[in-house]
Amino acid sequence: MHLEEFAEGKSLWHRMDPRVKIITLSAFAMVTATADYLPALLLSLGLGLTVLFTAKLDLAKVGIRLMVVNTFILFLWLFLPFTTPGEGLWSFSFLTVKREGISLALAITLKTNAIVTASIGLIGTSSVFSLVHGMTHLKMPEKLVHLFFFCYRYISVIHEEYLLLRTSMKVRSFRAGTNLHTYKTFAYLLGMLFVRSYERSQRIYQAMVLRGFNGTFYTLDHFHMRGSDWCALLIMGFFTAFVGALQWGVLI
Amino acid sequence: MHISEGVLSAPVLITGALLAVGGVAVGLAKMRPKDVPEVAVLSSVFFVASLIHIPVGPVSSHLVLIGITGLLLGWMAFPSILVGLTLQAILFQYGGFTTLGVNTFNMAFPALLCHMLFAPMARSRLPRKVWLGGFLAGSLSIILGGLLIALSLAASNEGFVEVGTLIAASNFPIAIAEGVLTGFCVSFISKVKPELLGGKR
Repeated sequence: MHLEEFAEGKSLWHRMDPRVKIITLSAFAMVTATADYLPALLLSLGLGLTVLFTAKLDLAKVGIRLMVVNTFILFLWLFLPFTTPGEGLWSFSFLTVKREGISLALAITLKTNAIVTASIGLIGTSSVFSLVHGMTHLKMPEKLVHLFFFCYRYISVIHEEYLLLRTSMKVRSFRAGTNLHTYKTFAYLLGMLFVRSYERSQRIYQAMVLRGFNGTFYTLDHFHMRGSDWCALLIMGFFTAFVGALQWGVLI
Repeated sequence: MHISEGVLSAPVLITGALLAVGGVAVGLAKMRPKDVPEVAVLSSVFFVASLIHIPVGPVSSHLVLIGITGLLLGWMAFPSILVGLTLQAILFQYGGFTTLGVNTFNMAFPALLCHMLFAPMARSRLPRKVWLGGFLAGSLSIILGGLLIALSLAASNEGFVEVGTLIAASNFPIAIAEGVLTGFCVSFISKVKPELLGGKR
């Protein structure tokens, strides 16, 4: 199962320290998500797009991701201009387009796309394991990090078991429809996955105990911040602060 | 079952994050080192299951499985769902990073509630009661999750009230499908591996 679609590449973001990426994206996403002043949001989107384009990813794949995100935004555009209370701009028989509704929908569109483009460029370009490693160094709760590590490790294993069961269903000419038989079959399939994965997790734990597991994962290698990492941290930090300053009127 | 990035207002995002942090902290405190691989691998199953689409009338819906997550994990549903949602945000940009708190709470709270209400039924020796416990957990968790999503939207902006209502209402057919499926799934587990539903938590 190929999950990390954007993690392979040679751009500056692919080579960056995952800790820098986690910190800069968190700050950027928090500021952008709470902003609502259009110039600030336009700057955010510009920053997001810059990160995305400098990551040199397969634009067709990125486009598909963005389309999925924007389907929900499109759905909001069908409602918000009419349902938001405010001053009417135009009205058709019983529907009135409100100024506040348009600006709300516009703000959401900008925010969502800004954060999503930045997160594809920053987080999407790291492997999950290097992010988990970064989380350890950022002092996330240990058990949560372990959970993350094991969960991701076993997704592809469980997915293979799932495909095996699906193949055996296909061999027996199973066809999905809205009927009790379909639901029962899928329920038993899932039940089987739960049982097998439970047994697998017991074996994993036994293997760990056998090797002297005492509740800690020791990290052998540590990250070293390079010049380019500091640069990225400073530049992203500066622009994020700039978005915040525009939003909360420090600069007028 | 998640709200994407950029839609909710700051107070809602912060409230959601605080509630989720509380839930995750309790979940982690209850998790012994022995439970970590189990919760993690079950989380992988939930992740894989969320990619499975089942037909519901003319359309198809992907499985959410909050009910069974709750029945199997109790409080540990909080960290499990947080991990699943974070992975979806990293890998597919579903949901998002700033909405992690709200989305985790909106799914993990119904899971926890279903655990408290229906786990005793799922552990029963009567096959019908087990099925019913699963059905109720599966369906009510979806309905409650939909209501929480509608509430988060409505609390962010008045303009979202109609959208939220529509989302909550559209969850009803999915709730029935998930309920039936969860009912059979719990019956299966109680026959094959009852200790998974066991009263140990």
